Amino acid sequence: MKPENKMTLSFLSKSSNEAFARAAVAAFVAQLDPTLEEINDIKTAVSEAVTNAIVHGYGSSDGIVTIIGLLFDDHSIKVSISDTGKGIKDIEKARQPLYSDSEDIDRAGMGFTVMEAFMDTVNIISDVGEGTTVELIKTLQKHYN
Amino acid sequence: MEIELNIHRNTLVIRLSGELDHHVAKQVRLMIERTLPGRNIKNLIFDFSDLTFMDSSGIGMIIGRYKLMKSIGGNVALVCKNLQLKRLVEMSGLTKLITMYTDVNHAISEVTTA
Repeated sequence: MKPENKMTLSFLSKSSNEAFARAAVAAFVAQLDPTLEEINDIKTAVSEAVTNAIVHGYGSSDGIVTIIGLLFDDHSIKVSISDTGKGIKDIEKARQPLYSDSEDIDRAGMGFTVMEAFMDTVNIISDVGEGTTVELIKTLQKHYN
Repeated sequence: MEIELNIHRNTLVIRLSGELDHHVAKQVRLMIERTLPGRNIKNLIFDFSDLTFMDSSGIGMIIGRYKLMKSIGGNVALVCKNLQLKRLVEMSGLTKLITMYTDVNHAISEVTTA
């Protein structure tokens, strides 16, 4: 399916950019007139994926996080969040609730669980040493006024 | 994001407004770490009444502080009104560990000990 609209956003992997990234995606998706709940779901899932890229993908090193947003005619959206960081060794393990490879005791290990709960589909494409792309897909409700 | 700290006897109330993510959680943790020493604080109340957004970094931050307060025989409570926040908190299983209140004064009177 050909997207009706597309945007690309690249930024440095600084935690101060997390708020900017989810707000930018929310503003782009607003064209489809989503409900408040849908916007919150998307913001939360994007925030989780961007945080993963910054904390796990790049860790203490600096890198670029790239977000591609696609809007489709059928009211579905696809948001891809990519890093060129260290990649994920075991994707199935990373998806498990409460699993975290971070040494930070405050990481809850809930990122992918939250993404899966708030989006329709979550695809993870990752190669060790190459980086990770997370695809978030959701079909929004149609409003007939 | 605004962070406001208030002490009621042995309870520290952390009132956050705005959005709580990984970036902000780091700052909140640091502020709590600076405030705790020498004040005989046993309990923490996270007052999220004015929080408009939270992701799982907020859950991680609360669990981390819960472990810390439990280790000194204290307690942690959460004040939360926003439905999106409540959904995330319930999904995380956090409600099995800590009590959720809708009113901060109620939380203070329940949690604070002499």
